[in-house]
Amino acid sequence: MPPFPLPARPPIGYAKRMDLTVQDLACARGGLPVLEGVGFTLRPGRALMLRGPNGIGKTTLLRTLAGLQPALSGTISAPPEAMAYAAHADGLKPTLSVEENLRFWARVFGQRDIARALDEFNLADLAHRPAQNLSAGQKRRLGLARLLVTGRPIWVLDEPTVSLDTASVALFGAAVAHHLRMGGAALIATHIHLGFEAEELDLTPFRARPRAMDRFDEAFA
Amino acid sequence: MIALLIRDLALAIRAGGGFGLGLAFFLIVVVLVPFGVGPESAILSRIAPGILWVGALLACLLSLDRIFALDFEDGSLDLLATAPIPLEGVVAMKAAAHWVTTGLPLTLAAPGLGLLLSLDPAAYGWLVLSLALGTPALSMIGTFGAALTVGLKRGGLLLSLLVLPLYVPTLIFGAEAVVRGAAGQSNATPLLMLAGITLATLALLPFAAAAAIRINLR
Repeated sequence: MPPFPLPARPPIGYAKRMDLTVQDLACARGGLPVLEGVGFTLRPGRALMLRGPNGIGKTTLLRTLAGLQPALSGTISAPPEAMAYAAHADGLKPTLSVEENLRFWARVFGQRDIARALDEFNLADLAHRPAQNLSAGQKRRLGLARLLVTGRPIWVLDEPTVSLDTASVALFGAAVAHHLRMGGAALIATHIHLGFEAEELDLTPFRARPRAMDRFDEAFA
Repeated sequence: MIALLIRDLALAIRAGGGFGLGLAFFLIVVVLVPFGVGPESAILSRIAPGILWVGALLACLLSLDRIFALDFEDGSLDLLATAPIPLEGVVAMKAAAHWVTTGLPLTLAAPGLGLLLSLDPAAYGWLVLSLALGTPALSMIGTFGAALTVGLKRGGLLLSLLVLPLYVPTLIFGAEAVVRGAAGQSNATPLLMLAGITLATLALLPFAAAAAIRINLR
C-alpha cells in the first residue's frame, strides 16, 4: 500500500489535451448571419467567458462549436467529438431516477464511473429519487453532473447557472475549476462570476453587418 | 446504442410511458368491427385479414409522435446528436424500441383477436408471419416520419398524413399474404415483397431520418 492516496485516474478524454482555435468563424441563426469574423484560442486548463447582450449570438456560436449546426465560414480546430455541450434543457427523463439518468448518459459516452459526478454536485443523497420530484435547481445540478460523465476535454456551456442558488453555483464553480486543473477547457456563456480566473470574450464587435445595408451604402457612395 | 434501447424500453413501461396503448387501441378497433358489420361469421372471416392489418397499422401510428418529440422537448435529442453514437444508430434504436413496444405485442396478440373475427384457421400462422415481417417496416417508416416532423408544434396530424401513404405497400402485401394463405393458395410472392419492403426501409431510412433530424436541430 502506498503511504499516500493515489490520485484518481482521470477519464480517457482528458489524456488528449486539446487546443481550441477558432478562426474567422461566421454563424447564422434561422438563416440570417448573426456573427462573423469570430476568432479566439482556448488552451487546456483555461476557461473563456462569452459576454454580450441578449441576441448577439452566444447560443448560436456554442451550438456551432458543438457541431449542432454548420458554420457559414471559418475554421474550428477541435472536432465536435472533443466537446461536451450543455444548454438550457438538461435532457432528463422525469420517470428515471437521478442515478439512472446519469448512468444512461455515462453509457452513451462510453464511461462507467458516475460516483464522482454525483459527489461533485452533491447529488448522492438524491440518487434514487425520480427526476420529476427534483427542484429546478437540483435538475440543473443533475444536468451539469452529466458533463463529468462525458469524459470530454472541452466543455461548451450555455448559461449553466440558471436556477442555481449561491451554494450550487459554488459547487459548479469548483467542478469547472477541477476540470481545468485536470487539463480540460471550458467555454461558458454566463453573466455571473464563477469564482475562478477566466478570460473574457465580448462578442459585440463580431456582430454580423446586415448585408442589405452594405448594398444600400454602395449604391449611394 | 444498447443503452439507448434499454432506456427507451424502461421509459415505455414506466408510468405514462404509453406501453400497451397501441395494443389496447388494436383490441378496441377489432372489437368494434363486428358491431359495425354484424356478427355473420362468413362476412367477418372474409374481411378479417384486412381488418387485422388496418388495425395493426393504426395502432402503430398512435405512438409515433412520441418517438422524438419527448426527446426534443427535454433537450435529449441535442445531447444525443453531440454524443459519440451516430445519429443513424440513434434512429435505428428508436425504431427498434418502437417495434418492441408496439409491433411485437401486436403480432403476438393478433391470433387472439383473429378469433373475435372468426379468422380462417388456416390463416393464423400466416397472420403472425406477415405481421412479424411487416411491422418492423411500419416502425421504421414511422420513425422517419417522426424525424421529419420533429420540432413542429402539434406535428402529430401532419405525421399521420405523411406516414399513412407510405404504409400502403406494407398493408397491401401483408393483407394479401394472409388472404392467400387462408385460401390455400401460394403466398410466397406477397411475403417476399413484404420482407423486401421491410429490409429496404431498414437499410435506407435510418440515413434519411438522421439527415432530417440534423436539419431540424439547426
